[in-house]
Amino acid sequence: MDKSPAIELKGICKSFAGKIANNNVNLTVNRGEILSILGENGSGKTTLMNMIAGIYFPDEGQIFIDGKEVVIRSPKDAFKYKIGMIHQHFKLVDVFSATENIILGLNEKGSFNIKEAVKKVKEISDKYGFEIDPMKKIHEMSVSEKQTVEIIKVLYRGADILILDEPTAVLTPQETQKLFAVLRRMREHGKSIIIITHKLHEVLSLSDKVAVLRKGEYVGTVETAKTNEAELTEMMVGKKISLNIDRSEPENCTERLVVKGLNCVDREGVKVLNNISFTAFSGEILGIAGIAGSGQRELLEAIAGLQKVNEGEIVYNNPKTGTQDNLRDKTPMQIRDLGVRLSFVPEDRLGMGLVGNMDIIDNMMLRSYRKGKSVFLERKAPKDLAEKIIKDLEVVTPDAHTPVRRLSGGNIQKILVGREIAASPTVLMAAYPVRGLDIGASYTIYNLLNKQKEKGVAVIFVGEDLDVLIELCDRILVIGSGSVTGIVDARSTTKEEIGLLMTKAKDSHGGEKNE
Amino acid sequence: MNKLNIHIVKRDTVVWYKSFLVRAIAIIASLLVSAVVITLLTGKNPIEVYSSMISGAFGSSLRIWSLFQNVAVLLCIALALTPAFKMKFWNCGGEGQVLVGGLATVSVMMFLGDSLPYPVLLIVMVAASVLAGIIWAVLPAIFKAKWNTNETLFTLMMNYVAIQLVAFFLKYFVKSGSGILTPMPEHGLPVILNQPYLLNIITVAVLTVLVYIYLKKTKHGYEISVVGESENTARYIGINVPKVIIRTLIVSGALCGIAGLILVGGTNHTISTTTAGGRGFTAIMVSWLAKFNPIYMVMTSFLIVFLEKGAGQVSTDFRLPVAISDIVTGIILFFIIGCEFFLQYKILVSKGRKEND
Repeated sequence: MDKSPAIELKGICKSFAGKIANNNVNLTVNRGEILSILGENGSGKTTLMNMIAGIYFPDEGQIFIDGKEVVIRSPKDAFKYKIGMIHQHFKLVDVFSATENIILGLNEKGSFNIKEAVKKVKEISDKYGFEIDPMKKIHEMSVSEKQTVEIIKVLYRGADILILDEPTAVLTPQETQKLFAVLRRMREHGKSIIIITHKLHEVLSLSDKVAVLRKGEYVGTVETAKTNEAELTEMMVGKKISLNIDRSEPENCTERLVVKGLNCVDREGVKVLNNISFTAFSGEILGIAGIAGSGQRELLEAIAGLQKVNEGEIVYNNPKTGTQDNLRDKTPMQIRDLGVRLSFVPEDRLGMGLVGNMDIIDNMMLRSYRKGKSVFLERKAPKDLAEKIIKDLEVVTPDAHTPVRRLSGGNIQKILVGREIAASPTVLMAAYPVRGLDIGASYTIYNLLNKQKEKGVAVIFVGEDLDVLIELCDRILVIGSGSVTGIVDARSTTKEEIGLLMTKAKDSHGGEKNE
Repeated sequence: MNKLNIHIVKRDTVVWYKSFLVRAIAIIASLLVSAVVITLLTGKNPIEVYSSMISGAFGSSLRIWSLFQNVAVLLCIALALTPAFKMKFWNCGGEGQVLVGGLATVSVMMFLGDSLPYPVLLIVMVAASVLAGIIWAVLPAIFKAKWNTNETLFTLMMNYVAIQLVAFFLKYFVKSGSGILTPMPEHGLPVILNQPYLLNIITVAVLTVLVYIYLKKTKHGYEISVVGESENTARYIGINVPKVIIRTLIVSGALCGIAGLILVGGTNHTISTTTAGGRGFTAIMVSWLAKFNPIYMVMTSFLIVFLEKGAGQVSTDFRLPVAISDIVTGIILFFIIGCEFFLQYKILVSKGRKEND
């Protein structure tokens, strides 16, 4: 296989509203090569790729395909140069079949020949080892199948250069392995693949070269074989940081929250939680693992009084009074009035946990503004709290009067977590608290959770990165399609075991076996 | 070939003097463009046209009082709509809510005016107008809170019901059959310092401050903002969203009722189907232009009333069709609203690279 450069970027710059997203980026990808683009959130990976895919237009710089300079003004131009991008969020029509989605938007002369198309889809699948039913409707598909459709879609259009934006974010470890096998086969067939990721071990296991971006700046490209995790982290973050979580042994564990036989349906009447039972102990971090959308959100919202419960009990053991309260069918207000100190960091930070257009002080007030009988607001205490959180958690903001939406993801999350912890909770629930955060901020959050655990708080942590779950939690509850498929000891389990449990759900209705 | 690339880029923040400058330029530009249009269309001297505009608004003490009276009414309705708008409840029913407030006032004046002592009559008048406004506003709110109906349509429909109700009232109770109710100033709101409009103006000034405090400093105002920004957040922190919707529309309706009271009890002392005169809709613009800030609304309502009065004067002075003054008003508003775009975005022009194709 010849290793001539397939695509070359020279001095690419792009800025938005005066903020530099990419500055002087240089990249080369050869034919038959996999390049990882590594960088923290907000480092400009996706922006860079969007310029190759014709979605953005660079302010400066040149793009060469096969050694010839090209101008890519639209996704159509990108197709012309055989570039295909698989976005993080799929762009598929739900009620169409795989094949229909694949040929959608193709401007071929004459009428469509769906049989021909199906045949061609099958050929592509066989060539690269995809498993796909060309006639299956999108809405019947799992996330990984949808991703497969997206990949075949660009191959069908003859793409030679494939860009995948965080393709493993939604996959289980097993599905990730399958995807990597396919990508390796494509490489053998001379395709050039660019994969955007921030997971180091994936970079090391898959790619030939790694290009690192940091805050829009191009740091450099290294050969995977000649590097290691520590070096890549340093390139990515700009300084040496230790990637260890100090996990203490749980102490004084008492039953704090007991969930028994919880059943919930969503608005369409589809069962989202199926007979969920577990206990959260004080002084312990209970992890919740599962494929995205398996009922994690509904479970936490049910406990917080935001999701209607059809069956089951949520029993809270009040450590102060020694009483047992059933939180089921209580509103968030009633739960607080019972003296239950339940803090909740929801997945949707700006849509639920905070109000983006309000400043930091007013966001602090969300939890406390009702205090006192006066009809007027009291802004002194929230202001002090805001300033304390800004100082303690090193929030980067001009001042406490800045609207929250102007802050970066990590700082937004620090504000939210800070506020929830300031309520000195006895139960702390956090859904994907490090999603979108850079490495430094992530570890700040992990440490905050750990400290709460040491204070005797029952912490419930919903995570997506299995490595982190295993390192941070004491026990991990795995849910699949709304059922508990297992509760494992985080100190002795493996990623593979959790991965298997995540996909187990359907064949073991209700009768889950726990060790 | 070289191509010019035009990019529209969102601005980060604008310092206050820059935004002031942009707005000032917009107003000057609008006056210049209007001047050109006036000269081209009518051949009149634009300076004279503008001075006639100013005289229309400020020309005599009567005109000044009338200007402030109109500002007060428009501002009052805008104040009424603002709490609902802040909550993203699109109350387009100002017109109807004002009208029923007026209808309640006129009914009290007509049927109880002679039998009740004057102070009691006043109290009943205020209570009736407020109650009527509340009923008209709270009905759509209840349906929205309980069944999530579309409040825009509902409030709009309520306007027509209110107009028909007034028409029915005039047809049925005006004995002469002319459909025109003779004014009853003797049963109207009291006149202070011999100025018929002064009480209205003072009332609205007080309301402006109260609404400002209500929205910015009270727990209710805070809840309105949270519900408006994100209903999910409101639920998450335990705000009873339906309750806030209904409560806010009670406030909104009550203020509209007061606007009706001012129009009927304090100004016309009678009612017709056009008493509200489209102000229920103009008030929407007043509120939006001021970004829902009651203090800014004083300025935006003043601007709109000034344009209206001035343009009316221009068409009488120069015997021009009313359409000309509408054009001028349109141009000025276009520039004022349009300059907001330049406050939020900037336009970059860069020379494109040579394309090798």
